[in-house]
Amino acid sequence: MTAQTVAGADLDVLATAEAWRKAGRDVAIATVVETWGSAPRPVGSHLVVDGEGNFEGSVSGGCVEGAVVGEAIDVIAAGKAKMLEFGVADETAWRVGLSCGGRIRVYVEKLA
Amino acid sequence: MDLAILQKLNQARRERFAVILVTDTASGAVRLVVEKDGYDGDPLREELAARFRSGASGSVVTPSGESTFFTVQLPPPRLVIIGAVHISQALAPMAKIAGFDMTIIDPRTAFATPERFPDVPLLAEWPDVALPKVGLDAFTGLAVVTHDPKIDDYALAESLRANCFYVGALGSRKTHGKRLERLRALGIDDTQLARIHAPIGLPIQAQSPAEIAVAVLAEVIVSLRSRGRQAREAAA
Repeated sequence: MTAQTVAGADLDVLATAEAWRKAGRDVAIATVVETWGSAPRPVGSHLVVDGEGNFEGSVSGGCVEGAVVGEAIDVIAAGKAKMLEFGVADETAWRVGLSCGGRIRVYVEKLA
Repeated sequence: MDLAILQKLNQARRERFAVILVTDTASGAVRLVVEKDGYDGDPLREELAARFRSGASGSVVTPSGESTFFTVQLPPPRLVIIGAVHISQALAPMAKIAGFDMTIIDPRTAFATPERFPDVPLLAEWPDVALPKVGLDAFTGLAVVTHDPKIDDYALAESLRANCFYVGALGSRKTHGKRLERLRALGIDDTQLARIHAPIGLPIQAQSPAEIAVAVLAEVIVSLRSRGRQAREAAA
């Protein structure tokens, strides 16, 4: 089942998050919490980011990962979770919009 | 989220237990619900039960306007077939397409050949040897199709003890009646015996081995998607 395969792959991302944190790295986890229209990655998909901007997984198949990584570094510094939204209707569409025309909401939290 | 919660989540996943991470996205509070530990006293139990069945992650906005996000992690479903017979040859590729990790077990080496079952894990061993290697659990379904009690009975008893989400047995009502007597003698009670799907497969007037395979796969899917509902209704 594609969904299950995807979920399985996501869990590897969560295993990566655990391993990175145990190795003493600062870690943030980004999760797709809502999608509208044709979004490339389903709700529940994860991206894990460290304090240097290294990342594993994906929340959009590449469209907005750069922006999410930037925000994740801020979340690591501030320690407070953040809700992000991306879509073509966004004023930042030309920089980090989703080419598919969908919209996604991404929750970014620090792994304490 | 605390590292301790993530560690518990990852451990549950490795042990093939279903879990849901519940996140209050306003406050950032996170907690973990492990299905096997029970959640009857949880204020969100209805929502949790529905999501443990569907496997779907998603958000819910409570009447007070707080948004809660559920990250649902179910183990990948598996299907074990006892019997490398004609039906199994049709069922193996179908089940694989439908997303099940398949294993076929049959000690009869004339049946269990790679030529007859390309691309499917095949164990030409007795179920009492093979099943411990596979490891039965609540996200594994098992169907016995050999017609031979020496091969089928042990596997049936083990699948009921392991609380497999689906247990099916090929054979007529008469055959099944005798089978139930043998399983009772093995110490399986009537509540457990009632979980066996027999005659096997949804009633779609299946004739050919491939059609029977469709009927079995459909029954496996409905059992997976309604998993746990009957048990909860019985307890209520």
